[in-house]
Amino acid sequence: MASVTMKATRVDAAPADRADGENTSPSARRRRRGIGWAARIELIVLIAPALVVFLAFVIFPVAMAAYYGFFSWNGYGPATDFVGLRNYVTIFTDPTFHDALWHNGVIVVLSLVIQGPVALGLALLLNRKMRGQSLIRVLIFIPYVIAEVVVGIGWSLMLQTEGGLNGLLEKVGLGSLASDWLADPKLAIWSLVGILTWKYVGFAVILFLAGLQGIPEELSEAAAIDGASFWQVQRHIVLPLLGPTIRIWAFLSIIGSLQLFDLVYIIWGQYVASTAGTSTMATYMVVNGRNAGSYGYGNAVAVVMFVISLVIALLYQRFVLRRDTEGALTGGKKSR
Amino acid sequence: MTAVTSTAVRPAAPQRPRRRITWSKPVIYFIALILVAAMLAPVAYIVIGGFRTNSEISQDPAGLPTVWHVSNYLDVLSSEVFWREAGNSVIAAVATTLLVVVLGLMASFALARYSFRGRGLIYTLFTAGLMFPITVAITPLYILVRSLGLMNSLAGVIIPQVAFALPMTIVILVPFLQAIPAELQEAASIDGCGRLGFFWRMVLPLSRPGVVTVGILAFIASWNSYMLPLFILNDDTSFTLPLGVQAFSSQYSMDTAKVLAFVSLSMLPALIFFSIFERRIVGGLTGAVKG
Repeated sequence: MASVTMKATRVDAAPADRADGENTSPSARRRRRGIGWAARIELIVLIAPALVVFLAFVIFPVAMAAYYGFFSWNGYGPATDFVGLRNYVTIFTDPTFHDALWHNGVIVVLSLVIQGPVALGLALLLNRKMRGQSLIRVLIFIPYVIAEVVVGIGWSLMLQTEGGLNGLLEKVGLGSLASDWLADPKLAIWSLVGILTWKYVGFAVILFLAGLQGIPEELSEAAAIDGASFWQVQRHIVLPLLGPTIRIWAFLSIIGSLQLFDLVYIIWGQYVASTAGTSTMATYMVVNGRNAGSYGYGNAVAVVMFVISLVIALLYQRFVLRRDTEGALTGGKKSR
Repeated sequence: MTAVTSTAVRPAAPQRPRRRITWSKPVIYFIALILVAAMLAPVAYIVIGGFRTNSEISQDPAGLPTVWHVSNYLDVLSSEVFWREAGNSVIAAVATTLLVVVLGLMASFALARYSFRGRGLIYTLFTAGLMFPITVAITPLYILVRSLGLMNSLAGVIIPQVAFALPMTIVILVPFLQAIPAELQEAASIDGCGRLGFFWRMVLPLSRPGVVTVGILAFIASWNSYMLPLFILNDDTSFTLPLGVQAFSSQYSMDTAKVLAFVSLSMLPALIFFSIFERRIVGGLTGAVKG
């Protein structure tokens, strides 16, 4: 530290210079500092391993899927049976896929509509100073940390007709409400949404709490001094400032809902999911791709899923997140 | 942050405590209590169910054990299968975590502290990776891993997991590393510390909260990972715990109590790990959100 202050005059110019160099003229900066081959080798050593692994195991497989999607292929030997768009035609004319897509849509909407407000309310409550606060924060996050397999097996044991929930309902005299939570097509998707809410609401709460910590307390204090009630402060100051965090959470939730696989596959298995009305695009892909030995078809489903997710992601960024990049500049200045 | 809030609170201090003591406190505690109960009831059902007998469970699915039987837990703990699967899970999770942290930190350091052509492109590429969940790539990934001869090996699970954890790691770490003031680097270089020396002596210690967050997220994701092992690990000696739990529950579907004991024991390590580091996760996320 001492050296920093001592050399203050000399260092003074550096930050501004550096900020420029970062964004506009990297070459100028490199020349000035005399960074040459040594730095390039450093850079390659630093960045190449991550980049290679990422390209080989994330980007390349996605490209592979696009290629194999045009073939009828059992997964062994080279793919030779080129079928053009036939896989895609099959996907879009298959009523089973339509069902799966519909279920995904329902899950997306219900996750947003249920988890969002619940998590927001909880985060606002937990953001107040109270006894046992840190304990509650840990406990609320526990379902998120538990493996999908554990959640799936635990909940399916609780929700089966002879399971814990119906037993509990009988005990408290509500035996008439006992149902077949998992197999009844009218109920199954609601059971799934219930389980999803239980598992993922903690993640939203933690995210919102992290966002709330970034909101300067002075704003709420000032409003409180001016006579605003607790809820007025939340509604008019905290919520708008939390907007970016909420929109990022919604984005993650949508993408997660579109890709949902583990819980459905574990609880309902590959055969029951479609009859119970909980199949998703991902379970459809695994059942009709890998399990059926039709790898070309499975890849085509993966491409469809990817395109749907990508289109939604791009639309979301274009129409929803864009406001944040605009607002972030002004909002950022204000909070600083 | 703490300094800021503590000074900011002081002027308003006379007003705040009064507000908190009034109507809202009991209501908040009541809601919090219901919440905790709702969150914990299913977990409690699993753990307590492991202490019951099968006849108890089938007669009264929602009851407490009359006698707490530890035999289910002892059976699981003395079984070779459980320990083998736990061992596989530990190897996969530890290797994934180490690799993610090392590769992620190196790449983030380059992206945050060096300026070079293509930096923006590489960063965008990694962030775009956030939109590629493993679900979309799983079928070709399986073919890729198979053609590399890594089927039924933990390496076939570890490497793809590292690849898919990198985007989140880099997105969290880059702001941390960028936040280290340039003056520190200047000072270090004046004191004769090269860029890599700066990395070891300054960056590593200063970015520890971010590294811990990233490491925990990677560990838990690997510990719970289901879809990738489902595709890659077909031989039951290579099973990790999630696959093992599922295999066990279908094999002993009549023995509910034992399944519940197995399930509880398999979730224990992730829970312990998480409770130890919970505070740091929130801290790390806060840094990332702010940055």
